[in-house]
Amino acid sequence: MRRALPIFVVLAGLLVAIAVVNPYFLEPPAFLAFVKRAAPLVILAAGQYFVIVSGEFDLSVGSLVTAEVVIAARLIDGSAEATWPVLALMIAFGLIVGLVNGVVTTLLRVPSFITTLGMLLILSGAVFLWTGGSPRGALSEQFRQLGRGSLGPVPWSVLILAVVAAAAVWATRARFGHTLVAAGDNDRAAALSGVRVARVRTVAFMISGLSAAVAAILLGGFAGVSAQVGKGLEFQAITAVVLGGVALGGGRGSVAAAMAGAFTLEALFTLLNLYGISGALEPAVQGVIIIAAVALGAVRFPRARAAAAS
Amino acid sequence: MLSYSRRFLAAAALAVLTLPVAACTSDKPAPSASGAPAGAPAGSAAPADKGTGEQSKFFVQADYDAQMAMRKAQPTGPSDKPWEQTIDPQLVDTAEYKKAGPYHLCFSNAAVDNPWRQVGWKTMQAEVALHKEITKFTALDAEGKDDKQISDIAELTGKGCDALIVSPNTTATLTPAVSGACPKVPVIVFDRGVQTDCPVTFIKPIGGYAFGAAAAEFLVDKVPAGGKILALRILPGVDVLETRWSAAKVAFDKSDLQVVGVEFTDGDAAKTKSVVSDYIQRYGKIDGVWMDAGATAVAAVEAFEDAGQPVPPINGEDQQDFLKKWSDAKLTAIAPTYPTYQWRTPVIAALKVLKGEQVPKVWNLPQPAITQENLATYLKPGMPPLHYALCGCEDLPGYPEKWGGTS
Repeated sequence: MRRALPIFVVLAGLLVAIAVVNPYFLEPPAFLAFVKRAAPLVILAAGQYFVIVSGEFDLSVGSLVTAEVVIAARLIDGSAEATWPVLALMIAFGLIVGLVNGVVTTLLRVPSFITTLGMLLILSGAVFLWTGGSPRGALSEQFRQLGRGSLGPVPWSVLILAVVAAAAVWATRARFGHTLVAAGDNDRAAALSGVRVARVRTVAFMISGLSAAVAAILLGGFAGVSAQVGKGLEFQAITAVVLGGVALGGGRGSVAAAMAGAFTLEALFTLLNLYGISGALEPAVQGVIIIAAVALGAVRFPRARAAAAS
Repeated sequence: MLSYSRRFLAAAALAVLTLPVAACTSDKPAPSASGAPAGAPAGSAAPADKGTGEQSKFFVQADYDAQMAMRKAQPTGPSDKPWEQTIDPQLVDTAEYKKAGPYHLCFSNAAVDNPWRQVGWKTMQAEVALHKEITKFTALDAEGKDDKQISDIAELTGKGCDALIVSPNTTATLTPAVSGACPKVPVIVFDRGVQTDCPVTFIKPIGGYAFGAAAAEFLVDKVPAGGKILALRILPGVDVLETRWSAAKVAFDKSDLQVVGVEFTDGDAAKTKSVVSDYIQRYGKIDGVWMDAGATAVAAVEAFEDAGQPVPPINGEDQQDFLKKWSDAKLTAIAPTYPTYQWRTPVIAALKVLKGEQVPKVWNLPQPAITQENLATYLKPGMPPLHYALCGCEDLPGYPEKWGGTS
């Protein structure tokens, strides 16, 4: 938790900055709306955390989200009865894509950067081929409720986020989480001490695929069918994880901090928007963050080295 | 403890790096200007400023005036077949291209990467199938790439086409390719133009200014004086979209309305919804929404519904999802169009040219707007949500199944 503290301080600072510009922001409805909007990215960041901390990358989540939403719309086609089976199918599809990513990376020893980049291209190409750039069908009202509706004052997506966050924190504290971090820190040492590295990494990819499926359910519900829904989400998720202080290459970082990183990124975008700065700047800001966070994380200050040596 | 402080330093440095980005750019001439409530950040603005910002560098007064005149003009031709109608035709002789059938038509298509082009492309194929004298139809898809379209056009000119239809991906880059094809084969250009008059005819709806003006004038008419308008645009710098906004700017500048924001949405529904929600939150109430394209209009409408507010006057386009929402939620709305029926016209024009009949040098098609009065005509249950109502395809064989609908 101590390592995660800085990102929470930055997040609090940003929230205060937003509240200064827009005092209404800290009132429950507005704040819940913010959490609701951030929920898909936070869930994706949690999924991405498992992959990154195990020493890999998952670049396929953005196009997986798009594929999920487009497939769901085509299969549901506005019918209420189809909603729940299709939701189950989406979850299964996310897990299968994760499984393929994991198996190709661990058993075929293709670097995950290449595996998941390939998966990104395969999924986006397949979606384009299938839809011809124009998604068909429609999501049912029941489906839309998950991303759009609320239980009393609390949006469904906030409740789903709470469940996902709790599960993610629990998973990292369980034995699985420790073996995952060990595999990311030094996979040979972990293997020698009995960790089945290939298996835990594959499970990490499956968790990431699952998070993409959940994010797709929320995003599709929030704004409806679009062939661009997942565009750029993989980089937002990785930026969020890095911002949360999780080391690229694996072995260090907490899932809570990764999720806080996602909230921070979303808060930053909200603040930029409040200042009337065009969305065109968002990728640039993300780029600065990702380079600065990795660079600053890699800098070894003399005093820190002394502390590490002692 | 020390490693913790190092990380803290890193995070703090990050905050320092990124926050000034927000701070120092806030004094740019952001279009959100006067009329903003106290506390909202905004650039200072002269009293006469309607918050619409600088005029686009794509704005051409003469073109604007011409399109405004065409909106009022009466088109000639059969009124039940708007794709055969034309406004202000300057007819040219085509006797030099006259030849006996059967014909081989060729088509260089910029892309089929969005619903508008999808609907149009299906419509064009169905139109080709209507004419027995077209025995061969060769189409190449440039997939949105200028370089591919340049080589596509070169390839098609060597294939023995009797006429070549071109829908250019971009105006300037494709001009030399079209100029190169003109001496070899009669060329028909539609949708976007090229900077040469060598094509036999150039087919287009009235244009972007007419679209933007129709939507803006509707808002000026429906929104009470002083009302706050949010303008949503897809991208900056695209000529066909810049003209839409620049015509709206002219209308808003003359009005009593206040444009509180001009935002870019990338055509993304989630982003559109977020932007609109932010504006509702920031201003408490938005009195009208102007859009340069209708693809995300439903998301904008939903932002008001989810905020528990009445939906203000808004414009969309002729896509079924918006028309359905308009009808179901009883919106105050208008849908200017950029009709997909223009995809029928090039085939008709090509046959006229090959038969030596006169065609207009610039074939201006009527560009109607869907209003409350004629909404029911264009609302077509059973058609997919992203279908464009003004396809002019209802009488074509295979409708509605070929367009993804059910009868």
